[in-house]
Amino acid sequence: MDVVFLSRLQFALTIMFHYLFPPLTIGLSIVVVYLLGMRLKTGEAIYETAARFWTRIFGVNFALGVASGIVMEFQFGTNWAVYSRFVGDVFGSALAAEGIFAFFLESGFLAVLLFGWDRVSPRFHFFAGLMVSLGSIFSSVWITVANSWQQTPAGSQLVERTVNGRTFVRAEITDFWAMVFSPSSIHRLVHVWLAAFILGAFFVMSIAAWYLLKGRHLEFAKRSFTGALILAVIFTIGIVISGDLQAVNVAETQPAKLAAFEGLYKTEESTPLYLFGSPSDEEQRVKYGVAIPGMLSFLVHRDFKTPVPGFDQLEKDYGRPPVWISFQSYHIMVALGFLMAGMAVLALWMRWRGTLWNARWLLWGFVFAVIPAFAGNELGWVAAEVGRQPWIVYPTVVDGQVTGGLKTAAAVSETVVPQEVLGSIIMFGVLYTLLFALWVIILNHKIQHGPDPIPQEPDRTTAADYLEAASRRPGHEDSMTEPKEAPAH
Amino acid sequence: MDLNTLWFVLLGVLLAGYAVLDGFDFGVGILMPLARTDHERRILLNSIGPIWDGNEVWLVTFGGAMFAAFPELYATVFSGFYIAFMLVLFALIMRAISIEFRSKMESPAWRRIWDFGFFGSSLLAPLLFGVAVGAVMVGVPVDSQGIFVGSFFDIVMPKAQPLFPLLVGLLTAALFTMHGAIYLYLKTEDELQARLRRWMYHGFGTFLVLYIITTIVALATVPHAAANFEAFPWAWALVILSVLAIGNIPRTIFYNKPGQTFVSSSIVIIALVGLVGIALFPNVLVSSLSDAWNLTIYNAASSPKTLGIMAIIAAMGMPFVLAYTAVIYWTYRGKVRLGAHSY
Repeated sequence: MDVVFLSRLQFALTIMFHYLFPPLTIGLSIVVVYLLGMRLKTGEAIYETAARFWTRIFGVNFALGVASGIVMEFQFGTNWAVYSRFVGDVFGSALAAEGIFAFFLESGFLAVLLFGWDRVSPRFHFFAGLMVSLGSIFSSVWITVANSWQQTPAGSQLVERTVNGRTFVRAEITDFWAMVFSPSSIHRLVHVWLAAFILGAFFVMSIAAWYLLKGRHLEFAKRSFTGALILAVIFTIGIVISGDLQAVNVAETQPAKLAAFEGLYKTEESTPLYLFGSPSDEEQRVKYGVAIPGMLSFLVHRDFKTPVPGFDQLEKDYGRPPVWISFQSYHIMVALGFLMAGMAVLALWMRWRGTLWNARWLLWGFVFAVIPAFAGNELGWVAAEVGRQPWIVYPTVVDGQVTGGLKTAAAVSETVVPQEVLGSIIMFGVLYTLLFALWVIILNHKIQHGPDPIPQEPDRTTAADYLEAASRRPGHEDSMTEPKEAPAH
Repeated sequence: MDLNTLWFVLLGVLLAGYAVLDGFDFGVGILMPLARTDHERRILLNSIGPIWDGNEVWLVTFGGAMFAAFPELYATVFSGFYIAFMLVLFALIMRAISIEFRSKMESPAWRRIWDFGFFGSSLLAPLLFGVAVGAVMVGVPVDSQGIFVGSFFDIVMPKAQPLFPLLVGLLTAALFTMHGAIYLYLKTEDELQARLRRWMYHGFGTFLVLYIITTIVALATVPHAAANFEAFPWAWALVILSVLAIGNIPRTIFYNKPGQTFVSSSIVIIALVGLVGIALFPNVLVSSLSDAWNLTIYNAASSPKTLGIMAIIAAMGMPFVLAYTAVIYWTYRGKVRLGAHSY
């Protein structure tokens, strides 16, 4: 096993683990901001109860996101030194913006969001939640911008440099905004956001459905489920549209990636779209597949005839990514997207008809539907990153000439040896197994504990309310003047 | 001042900010075994509860800025110090796990495990940071290609100066322990606070001894360490400042002005980061093989255009960062109170 293989394995392990958390953080932050805003606006106790519950869940995910996120930043330098030298100048501004505008914002105000319940006013608390949410969204902007530049470089040029005894080429920025708005960045950013919102919605629905099935916290669960369901319908339909637009963009900017997604070995008229199958490099075709003739031509060119190029035309310029992995991760992601959209639409219809809360089979489906939501987020990135191979920074082809780009195999650190990477993979394996187990235990603990009971005392107290409450509590279990002892947990 | 120098200074600012803020977090962790009851341990943990996460962001931003401003340095150091940085990651993740999870279960055994994790990782991280700084000052084997050609032991015990990196590591740990004790003194009360007074004195004594030894070793044996003081005579002001701040620590402990003590120890940290920066300038990584192969703020840097864009971003963002960091610290001022949302 060589350093390239091991470093790729380590990167896949660490980024896929890390990426369990950021989309959930982004999705849940929207939920928390909404609840804090409603609490501020209406003063109803149920919003505070719900906000406290989802903030606790949010906090656990955020902590894991930070702990696993530091690894990502270190890893570019430790394992991918050549790549770091190549991209540093271009990533520089994006990384600086992410650090200054996103990380400080989210982690600073997180302290207020998590620990500020009894210390700050509801107004400032809402503001803090909003800043945390904005911070996590900013962060996704800059990291997606940087990754999109790797896929479709723009606003940069290659410059030869000499440092001491070595001459090498690196990408230098020429136009900041062209780099930010590289040909794929907006498409990809929208897709990433929608996927994060979907995960947030399905995560909320999963927990709410479980409470409904167990007959617990019914009021809380029904309202949470309905709110999340409306979002889920909008976002799942949105992501189908976004996915279609993005595929057209990939066809233009990274044709070999699309060929890998669709298993296109040969270029042919009326290119078919495979619903499923198993591409085989040996036989240069998709085996066991079911295809719709001409459909891919239609999706890409909006007519059923025009051929979509396959590897027979593309391989000499772009090389060939691992087709099987690209094909399957892409196809499963798409299938899961449609599955979730279908579930959401069905549930909304039943909710409207008033039959949803009795459809236990569908509620059980939603308890587990959070898994396809996680899987869809992960597989989308697997498809995007594996489909870019063998390049770590994609080349541009001008008049049949491949220019720029950096091959993955040439991007690793010169000084690192396989044993070191193997050691760190084992270390991350142990740490992440531990982290994952703890994440599940703590989430389960918090879900079992559930939201705190909704206080029955009226919020805006008048003399009459005091009398009324006092008459209900002759035993003086709850003092009216002393602050309540917070329950330990 | 050109853009390269500006970013060298800004990296120093980020590093100093990180060391001051996460420094006391590490110190609190190192002091954990001295707490006697579960309640005391929770007080220690929750003194940094709301803020340690934000403090760590200074490191993330420092790393990002180094990648962005000096990609050559970032690539060479991070790949060269592979094992050391993996251990740093281990320590940082272990610390996050320990803080998050120790109080989630009541079992004493569960809590003992995470308390040890918190202590161990809080000790390991500053040791490693110190060793890395020491190694950078002594010089590491970097060849004409700007590639690290040594092993882990060339960092921990370089042949030219086998003890210096470890010494700086111990100094860093002692400095943070003192800093953490002073921070805790501000956040606690009654009997625990009375004991913290002793811990502050012990922390200070250990730091002082190591500081004197390290300074002597640095001046006597580390090349370049003092050379820049001839070029920049104003740098002596920093030396004087650090000595005054060090002297002010026992004085203000004695007169019971913990706020001033904390400011003094923060100044010591900032001054030491500054002195390291001056000793290195304009190098960012000294090659122990040949002076011609040093990485400098010029040959390791990004293009002037990128440095300029980043400077604009920093100028727009930093005022906000400082403003809301101050607001957040103000929100959590005062003594630690354990509540429903505590660790």
